[in-house]
Amino acid sequence: MSFPWAKEYQPANGFTKFLDEKLPLPRLVYNAVGAGYPVPRNLSYFWNFGVLAGFCLMLQIVTGVVLAMHYTANADGAFSSVEHIMRDVNWGWLMRYAHANGASFFFMVIYIHIFRGFFYASYKPPREMIWLLGVTIFLLMMATAFMGYVLPWGQMSFWGAKVITGLFGAIPLVGEPLQIWLLGGYAPDAAALNRFFSLHYLLPFVIAGCVILHIWALHIPGSSNPTGVEVKQESDTVPFHPYYTAKDGFGLGVFLLIYFTFVFFLPNVLGHPDNYIPANPLSTPAHIVPEWYFYPFYAILRAFTFDFILPAKLWGVLAMFAAILVWFFLPWLDKGPVRSGHYRPLFRKFFWFGLIPCMAGLFYLGGAPAEEPYVMLSQVFTAYYFLHFLVILPIISSIERPDPLPYSITEAVLGSDDKAVLGDSAKPVTA
Amino acid sequence: MIRLVGILIGLGFTLVVLVSFGVGAYTAATEPAEKPAYYPFVLEAEGPEGGFSFEGPMGRWDQAQLQRGYQVYKEVCAACHSLNYVAFRNLQDIGFSEAQVRAEAATWQVPGINPDTGESVMRPALPTDNFPSPYANAIAAAAANNNAIPPDLSLMTKARHDGTNYVYSLLSGYADPNTYTNADGLVFSETAPDYMPATGLNFNPYFPNINLAMAPPLVVDGQVTYTAEGSPEPTVQQMSADVAAFLTWTAEPKLIERQKTGWWVIAFTLFATILAWLAKKQVWADLKRKKD
Repeated sequence: MSFPWAKEYQPANGFTKFLDEKLPLPRLVYNAVGAGYPVPRNLSYFWNFGVLAGFCLMLQIVTGVVLAMHYTANADGAFSSVEHIMRDVNWGWLMRYAHANGASFFFMVIYIHIFRGFFYASYKPPREMIWLLGVTIFLLMMATAFMGYVLPWGQMSFWGAKVITGLFGAIPLVGEPLQIWLLGGYAPDAAALNRFFSLHYLLPFVIAGCVILHIWALHIPGSSNPTGVEVKQESDTVPFHPYYTAKDGFGLGVFLLIYFTFVFFLPNVLGHPDNYIPANPLSTPAHIVPEWYFYPFYAILRAFTFDFILPAKLWGVLAMFAAILVWFFLPWLDKGPVRSGHYRPLFRKFFWFGLIPCMAGLFYLGGAPAEEPYVMLSQVFTAYYFLHFLVILPIISSIERPDPLPYSITEAVLGSDDKAVLGDSAKPVTA
Repeated sequence: MIRLVGILIGLGFTLVVLVSFGVGAYTAATEPAEKPAYYPFVLEAEGPEGGFSFEGPMGRWDQAQLQRGYQVYKEVCAACHSLNYVAFRNLQDIGFSEAQVRAEAATWQVPGINPDTGESVMRPALPTDNFPSPYANAIAAAAANNNAIPPDLSLMTKARHDGTNYVYSLLSGYADPNTYTNADGLVFSETAPDYMPATGLNFNPYFPNINLAMAPPLVVDGQVTYTAEGSPEPTVQQMSADVAAFLTWTAEPKLIERQKTGWWVIAFTLFATILAWLAKKQVWADLKRKKD
């Protein structure tokens, strides 16, 4: 599952030899993130975000486990137990702010990770399985984050839960019973809060399991790289350790600087003030909005305002789920032989001038009030979103003439590669 | 095949959302949505002149101000508003001594139980007690306030956008709707006569819909007497600023501790990041030499 020139683990002493025979855990780590994993030498800082996402997951689990020691999953006590954590638990304020902002930063990291995948078409063969697992992780993260936001039992927790579970009510025939079954009642209450807490504690470990599969699948073809040209020879790679451990260490430092600035100086700017008001089923907030990381999908949900054959709400729900599910099909929608956006002039234009403004717009509009001109704008961006992934991308990948690719990663980095045959670089390398 | 199905689905969603767009655009063109007439009068919250001592990443509490704010809360706000999440013992954080806290707590009555008879009684509060609610329950609070339950104030400054300045602006911003004129010279009673406060409502341009149930709590300068030496004049603005500061502390008692910790954390992380950068440079420099 690696390149032939990958270094082999050599147990240094009696103890590690013993361990290597009985339980080769050091060997596993050595081959996964040590010197035994050859990685393309030309990875940019966009390739730091996988490690950062893993760090965020661990951070969320550690802070979350501590918070759970002091939290009460009870509709009468949840809000005040959070205030107890903030006021009376030693360093409780740090745990809570680290966890709440940690969720936001986890999503920031994961969005950059996903969009790196879009630009460099990391989903293309032979890495389809890594991509499918990644989208699965993203879906699990969304479920986990949604349920986590319900736990403080503030106004946005309650009304967010009501709106999101209400989406299931839009499904014909089974919708309403399904919604009642999910909530354990007619509205979010003690039963819903308890099961959300239970699942919020469970799902991160499911995510951790999927992350292991994601990394396992990654180690079969090895990491992609900014040229999209596959590794051909030893000079194309460097061992993960020390080269990328050092680079990831620096990336982690920069990430932590930004993260700590938010945790210690701006802990509430990514949240909503209404969630400091205890949940009140009798008082609806003026604008119900989810957390910022759901804004694009919330904007798509709300873009459908007209009952066209089906009820508008059902269209919204279908479109919202389709908007994420479409990512699963990218390896088969984008069939062009060249991966990297650097060598795909047409694809690149639609990425920078289509998809990026579209997502930025949806991010903004998901948090805007449901009034004009915001609704009309989100309708335009929603239309583009579906056109981009389902129409433009398949068409581009059949008609585009990619730029010439370098012969190898070595040539891309050093400008020449002894093994390159004259004229060879003009041909795109098929996977 | 997948691509063909994909293109059809993509065009389908696009078509449906564009139908919604068309209907929305037609509606917007034929029946333009009008903002309510009070809109030009709604003001953004603003802070007192000179701001608050705790603002910014280097801010510090002004303990004398917090204590004055506590006095305003006790003598004015506490008549209607609870402070559920704050305990008397917390007052030590704003400069009261342990003995002062015990004495201060004893001036408040909290519900208790007679240890001999088991009857419900009122007893003087202890430092470990939280601030008592002015009403026995929500129904009593609603009944006494024309159905508008006075909200708990513990988290008020975090539960509103720009909360500290909002509390300050709201308390010092009541005005007479008959004569109130906004920056553009519009007179409220002429421009928005439909929004003149009904009985039991009060005009305040800082409240999101202009009319709120709370009667002006701070009405005259000197309503609260500041006794500590060097205290400023208790004008309505000063009292509003003091209680806004106090409520910022009740909402985020660890604010200053958090920021002080933050500077150390940032300094350490910065140092570690510089080391990591140097390590990265050294590791990679080696690689670049080898390939020459």
